[in-house]
Amino acid sequence: MYVAVKGGERAIDNAHRWLEDERRGDRKVTDLSVDQIKTQLSLSIAKVMAEGSLFDPELASLAIKQARGDLIEAIFLIRAYRTTLPRFGVGKPINTDKMIAKRRISATFKDIPGGQLLGPTFDYTHRLLDFKLLADGSIDEFEPGKDTEQMFQHVTQLLNNEGIIETEETSSSEADSPDLTRQPLEIPANRALRLQALTRSDEGFLLGMAYSTQRGFGRNHPFVGELRIGLISVEFEIPELGFNIEIAEIEISECETVNQFLGSKIHPPKFTRGYGFVFGQSERKAISMALVDRALRWKELGEVSDGAPAQDEEFVLYHGDNIQATGFVEHIKLPHYVDFQAELELIRKIRKTAFEAKKDE
Amino acid sequence: MLLGRSKWLSYLAKSSESDLVGLYESTGLDPSYTYLRKPEIGTIMATARIGNTGQKFNAGEISVTRCSIQLEDGKIVGHGYVQGRSKKKSTVAALCDALMQSDKRTLIESKIVIKLKEIEKKRHDLIKRKAEKTKVDFFTLVRGEDEK
Repeated sequence: MYVAVKGGERAIDNAHRWLEDERRGDRKVTDLSVDQIKTQLSLSIAKVMAEGSLFDPELASLAIKQARGDLIEAIFLIRAYRTTLPRFGVGKPINTDKMIAKRRISATFKDIPGGQLLGPTFDYTHRLLDFKLLADGSIDEFEPGKDTEQMFQHVTQLLNNEGIIETEETSSSEADSPDLTRQPLEIPANRALRLQALTRSDEGFLLGMAYSTQRGFGRNHPFVGELRIGLISVEFEIPELGFNIEIAEIEISECETVNQFLGSKIHPPKFTRGYGFVFGQSERKAISMALVDRALRWKELGEVSDGAPAQDEEFVLYHGDNIQATGFVEHIKLPHYVDFQAELELIRKIRKTAFEAKKDE
Repeated sequence: MLLGRSKWLSYLAKSSESDLVGLYESTGLDPSYTYLRKPEIGTIMATARIGNTGQKFNAGEISVTRCSIQLEDGKIVGHGYVQGRSKKKSTVAALCDALMQSDKRTLIESKIVIKLKEIEKKRHDLIKRKAEKTKVDFFTLVRGEDEK
């Protein structure tokens, strides 16, 4: 319990003014613009949009500036802002076949129709600090190649043609897709609800969970069937008009894993799947999400749980939200004077009784 | 070229504010209108399908702005549903939508909608062309012992 404590207003005001001053930093250095953040720290933007669960690069940039680069604080600002907005409706399901891909790779097949596009990746860099950036930031523009068309069938679809991987089918009850921003998250959650929770979960938490499954805490032997990053249109039915328009274009990362088998004497074995879908260029998180999605599916696939953390949906879904987590963890620094007073009195009483008992011996 | 209303609303919605407003102002049009619904910022919930073909799930929200206007002249109604948080962009989109239904259609289509379509195509082509340049060209070395 914490009670209202009066008398801190002036200190709080001054603390916030100092915060603003510190945020601005050395006045001899140019002020960082929201546009600079938006165009040059795009992967931070991606994280803030994904975990803030609101696609808006400009707002994410503003939040990062205001939060002095503390991304969880920035996500908090986005979540808080989002709650003030009315929701006009629900978009039509995105079709990632139609993606304008910046990057599209497969770790299962070398020769995939459409080819492997590396895109602007950190992979294969030597991870050596580039001291040129410290001195002179001028970088040559990347010259585009020749005109080309893109129409990429999903790699899992190729396996599907052979019937050796499970198919993902629409469910009849999908009209009422659960939405954890409207109803509190309840366990057991179906896969759709789990994916909504995972896609807004903390990247670091998901990464740790995914890593644990690979190291043996849970059954997971995946290959990345396909990873793609690019632009995708979002369709929405205009209520006044009764037809769909492409209302927005967003960048997303999608990862499909191919995992080990499910089968019996009657049904021949098939590969199983995990799915990751994240706002922005966030492939580490998309891969992690697919691994954790697959780990959480043990029950519906008739597997035996190893009791591993990543297979425990209550553990994963209730602890992955970094705003809930930071709220609860950090609140213990706020005044708890009354609680603590009670504890103090209790321990004094116990000690007194103990001393008196000793004296009596 | 005759575009359907869904198409033109899509190009208006996905354009950047500066492109749309710039093109609109270059037409010199300034019709009188009244708001049926004043510009309002909100969100839509984006959805995706598990594995792109499976069950639908909520993927996160996108900021959008909407408004509806009515032209004084002809009482034509236009809707401006656009991506982002710009009331100006929403209003200009609604005006373009209404004008596309008026005798100004040819002008709006050629000076704004087609231009936005070209800008979008250029943006997409640029990504595809850059991606194409990072395409992996696998080749297999012929090993000595196989040459017979």
